[in-house]
Amino acid sequence: MSLSEAQVRHVARLARLALTDEEIDGLGAQLDDILSYAEKVGQVATVDVAPTSHPYPLANVAHVDEARPSLPREDALANAPRVEGNRFHVPRIVGEEQ
Amino acid sequence: MTTTATRYEVVIGLEVHVELATETKMFCGCRTEFGGEPNIRTCPVCLGMPGSLPVPNGEAVTSAIRLGLALGCAITPRSQFHRKNYFYPDMPKNYQISQYDVPICENGRLEVPTAEGAAEIGVTRVHMEEDTGKSMHVGESGRIRGASHSLVDFNRAGIPLLEVVSEPDVRSAEQARAYLAELRGIVLALGISDAKLEEGSMRCDANVSLRPMGTEAYGTRVEVKNMNSLRSLYRAVGYEIDRQTVLLDAGEEVVQETRHWDEAAGATSTLRAKEEAFDYRYFPDPDLVPIAPDAAWIEELRAGLPELPAEIRARLTSTYGLGAEQAVTLVDAGLGPLLDEAVGAGAPPSEAGKWLANEVLAWCRDEGVEPADVPLTGEQLSELIDLVDHGALSTKLAREVLPGVLGGEGSPAEVAKARGLEQVSDEGELGQMVDDAIAAQPEAAAKIRAGNDKAIGALVGAVMKASRGQANPQRVNELLRERLGI
Repeated sequence: MSLSEAQVRHVARLARLALTDEEIDGLGAQLDDILSYAEKVGQVATVDVAPTSHPYPLANVAHVDEARPSLPREDALANAPRVEGNRFHVPRIVGEEQ
Repeated sequence: MTTTATRYEVVIGLEVHVELATETKMFCGCRTEFGGEPNIRTCPVCLGMPGSLPVPNGEAVTSAIRLGLALGCAITPRSQFHRKNYFYPDMPKNYQISQYDVPICENGRLEVPTAEGAAEIGVTRVHMEEDTGKSMHVGESGRIRGASHSLVDFNRAGIPLLEVVSEPDVRSAEQARAYLAELRGIVLALGISDAKLEEGSMRCDANVSLRPMGTEAYGTRVEVKNMNSLRSLYRAVGYEIDRQTVLLDAGEEVVQETRHWDEAAGATSTLRAKEEAFDYRYFPDPDLVPIAPDAAWIEELRAGLPELPAEIRARLTSTYGLGAEQAVTLVDAGLGPLLDEAVGAGAPPSEAGKWLANEVLAWCRDEGVEPADVPLTGEQLSELIDLVDHGALSTKLAREVLPGVLGGEGSPAEVAKARGLEQVSDEGELGQMVDDAIAAQPEAAAKIRAGNDKAIGALVGAVMKASRGQANPQRVNELLRERLGI
């Protein structure tokens, strides 16, 4: 497994990271190491072993549908860099509309 | 305005989001109410605070399985949640918890009645996910373009959603409308959502493409958003079919993009072009363990499913003898239970069906009342029909009594009395009016005496007019015949 420079730049862009050329080289190599390490699983996994999404042998953990108290609004907004009209003030969004 | 172009085959797939009517959010204990002050129903989980852990809502899982069963889906023995990664301030975690390659329900189908005949639409999957927060764009347009900044309210963030994805089996605007209506009817029958298209508790996106008739390969598809009623889905899809037909006829290409339906303008416009496929980097959410419903529990849920719209329609036509079209109208409006109630109270099914499909629905439309919430009991409807049957009210007068009953003025008999709408059957009063009519039209009376039966209509009409419609026409007829000796 060897990541191309273009792939590293693509991943960086998806993560909204502005990287210098040196960082691309360095981080690209590190990403490669991580991927080769994870690839080892592929050597032992066989077709009759289902992919594991969680390390614990647990399933069906659920909460009962009964309301619990929410945060007081002051607390909810306490970490907001800016607040306007009791809403989180976020910078101009360019791109898709939802 | 939908073109029935025979040159192209229409290919539509629908994605429907259903907001569940659970008490709490999908992964935390915050309430799911609609509206209210911004940011009053949030907690560390739905605000995406570091260290907080999501726990799925058991009731939402139950709702997902019940909807899957109602749609004839296979329930996945072991499904899981994925993270859908994207940067947008409406999700504070920078990802939405959703399901990806192993959704909870797969491979269903929905048979929908349409004006063009029944259509069978495949249901690819039903999966669980969480809703996003609500952004308000600040600027002149109120739209995202040209906004100076945006304001986010996270009350809605984390509300449980089911996404129902259809196969590209829908072939017309009418089928699209019928599919959404049928799905909505099922959701309402299950009681898992209030499914209000106008308020966004049920939302529908349509992927529309055309291909030359007789070919297999799909044409370029356009995603149309922002339809908030069955009618607007029908119009938006019809518009999009016409738009693409014109482009293809002119030898131009359809651009793959997302378009926004503008209800007032009756047109779609470009929202965003899809230059590249979104790269959401889905991966299993390590905070959540798999959902592995027990087979016995699934069967229990299946056995507990309510009567679904298709079954109700079949019963209304076979047992009650209603027409297929009227059965669709009544079931779509959620009036099945009221009809059953009225029949249970003694009303003839055909009469009760007629009243509900015509007068009651028209009143709901005029008053802006959800038909399923109409303030009428089966007992009241049955009484109204009975009054007409026994001649105490003419059909015309009964139509005037109904709004009074719906307005909470009392039982049909009480409203008729209070509004002075009771049919006049009093012999003395009627006899006087009959005598007056004979005196006023001696020629007609002579004709009748001479054996011209048809002439009696003129005299009955005169009495009805004199009584301002309140005379019992049958009794008038009898009295006239008595007086004229025929």
